[in-house]
Amino acid sequence: MAKEKMTGAKAVVRALEAEGVEWVFGMPGGAILPIYDALYDSKKVKHVLVRHEQTGAHAAEGLAHATGKVGVCFGTSGPGATNLVTGIADAYMDSVPMVAITGNVSSALIGSDAFQEADITGITMPITKHNWLVTDVRDLPRILKEAFYIARTGRPGPVLVDIPKDVQNAELEFEYPDRVDIPGYHPPVREEPRLKDAAALIRGSSRPVIYLGGGVRTSGAYEEVAKFAELVGAPVVTTVHGKGSFPETHPRCLGMFGMHGSKFANYTVQESDLIIALGARFDDRVTGKLSTFAPEAKIVHLDVDPAEISKLVTATVPLVGDLKLLLPQLTEETRNAFQTSGRADIAPWWVKVNAWREKHPLRFTAQGEEHIMPQHVIQRIWEKTQGKAFVTTGVGKHQMFAAQYWKTSEPRHFITSGGLGTMGFCLPAAIGVQLARPDALVIGIDGDGSFQMTLQDLGTAVDLNLNIKIFILNNLFLGMVHQWQNLFYDNRLAATPLSDRPDFVKLAEAYGCLGLRARKPSELEDVLDRALAHEGGPVIVDIRTRQDEHVYPMVPAGAPLNDMIEGN
Amino acid sequence: MERTETTPTYSSHTVSLLVENKPGVLHRIAGLFSRRGYNIASLTVGPTERPEYSRMTIVVRLSSKTVEQVVRQVQKLIPVVEVRELSPVDLIERELLLVKIRTPERNHAELRALAETYEAKIVDVSPDALVIEASGNSGKLDALEDRLAQYGIQELCRSGRIALERGFKTLAPPNLK
Repeated sequence: MAKEKMTGAKAVVRALEAEGVEWVFGMPGGAILPIYDALYDSKKVKHVLVRHEQTGAHAAEGLAHATGKVGVCFGTSGPGATNLVTGIADAYMDSVPMVAITGNVSSALIGSDAFQEADITGITMPITKHNWLVTDVRDLPRILKEAFYIARTGRPGPVLVDIPKDVQNAELEFEYPDRVDIPGYHPPVREEPRLKDAAALIRGSSRPVIYLGGGVRTSGAYEEVAKFAELVGAPVVTTVHGKGSFPETHPRCLGMFGMHGSKFANYTVQESDLIIALGARFDDRVTGKLSTFAPEAKIVHLDVDPAEISKLVTATVPLVGDLKLLLPQLTEETRNAFQTSGRADIAPWWVKVNAWREKHPLRFTAQGEEHIMPQHVIQRIWEKTQGKAFVTTGVGKHQMFAAQYWKTSEPRHFITSGGLGTMGFCLPAAIGVQLARPDALVIGIDGDGSFQMTLQDLGTAVDLNLNIKIFILNNLFLGMVHQWQNLFYDNRLAATPLSDRPDFVKLAEAYGCLGLRARKPSELEDVLDRALAHEGGPVIVDIRTRQDEHVYPMVPAGAPLNDMIEGN
Repeated sequence: MERTETTPTYSSHTVSLLVENKPGVLHRIAGLFSRRGYNIASLTVGPTERPEYSRMTIVVRLSSKTVEQVVRQVQKLIPVVEVRELSPVDLIERELLLVKIRTPERNHAELRALAETYEAKIVDVSPDALVIEASGNSGKLDALEDRLAQYGIQELCRSGRIALERGFKTLAPPNLK
């Protein structure tokens, strides 16, 4: 590629084009104006004007979740940049590839407490894979190339590139590099993977369980996981980010385990003698009290990030690498071990697992004539759509109900804020998903508290005429906190009741989109049907659900995984 | 029933890093230690045989298992080219000590003799004070400090540990330019 003289701002746009970026989410401001001006001429990169930068970051995440591509968001200096912080932290916790680009005050003013100045590289250091403050315009092409490379490779994550205004205006000879050279990025794998040891454990196990995390999605190793699971024949459990990486309708899938996992999934993990963890990190929300977690289980832990191995639970056999490359080798090694030495009988284990499944299914009180049950709403939407939709959620009770009852069978179709637990994620993520997948049905399951954290971006969704359908399971409470107060704080409801404001139907109308409401079970079916049939923009559905319907089963924080509170 | 994890024992570990010599690198490393709750006993940083890289030596008091975690977490930082815990067996470690003793002139001869025993030097003399410079491993400096305490230590500073491994092994990976 021949070199071409241009400004730093133009170079940013050219880099985005070279990276195949289709959508950028952001809001302009003084310090990023040169980049916006350059973007104005781009025929390839389209910009979505959000009403708050946090939405831009979450929308970029939604796009990345749905496609595996790098999500891109923009913010101006100071508050524009700090408004991105929640979204960046969310992407960091959930290993979502993201490039955040911020403008900053001119180099000469940096460090002088200038208007709208913030040390955003300092602020985001602990929540990015890496970040850069660009001080020389000639470094821009290299830095942007590295930024995209680092964001999407290995264990993906967010990166941030902060570009002072004078650097955006300065000129350079632009040439986008075709390769990166980062001496500190590829940590050498020091040990040969102990595949034989892992296979020997699998062969000898009579109570194995396969535990899938978000790493399966990252690696795209769905077929590899299916083949491995087929061979081993063990029950499969997932985290919230593992949902969809193995069909939840498959007879061997027990769905989500952990704090709000099913009893049968938790019992299975807890009584197993071997846990094969694939792309997972033993988060406290899945393990319960660590010292009592699966006490008899040996651990085979396969993950791309060596720092996750034995961080919380010591791995009997660690396997560091990309699942897509390493898992087929483990499958072969296990097949050989089975063929040459036979394997332990796991039939009695399945008898046990199936008995738990039969005795302790996920259940809720059947919906009567008085109250709409949140679980029922999710089941009905699932049935009406055959589960063929992308689902995004906020954070709270509705999220856990969705995780429990939305049986996900397609990869990347259940999109949620898992690690950081960011309320307000649902609507912005739905915007990103719908843009990336214009023909798909995109459904948001949100809560009344969560929705209100980012509702200003209904305007964005209407502007874009996106057919997203947001179902608010409205219990007039910060429901999950209400549940904890009810169970652990003598029902002292400090700051959890939400007033019946705003009127979500009127709000939808104010933004120029369809608003619907169901207060009673008798109104539900019609409202769901109308919402699902609606075209020509977003629809907001206010569904008044039973207020004291809690999420069960529940492992209280710090309790052993098999010590669950049950509902009614 | 509980998972059988061995009870951790805490000891001193020397972690050596080769890092890119760029602004903000110390911040990244120190930040990682602080947010993950790893206490730093000492940290030194200085230039190396390659101007584009710096060497850091960090001493931590942690369990061996936690040190493994530290190394893996630090390795993930992009400007960190290599990081390793140095084997205590093969370790050459040095530290520099400067100490100011406030003491009447009649004690100076005694202190001179003591300094000599520890291969230390007296680098400044005034009628009622001395400054002693010593280098060596941390244990030797601790011992000297103990001996000097009775004379009245006015001020003291130590450089923190620097270390290399014996033999031909180096920290830099072979592919490093």
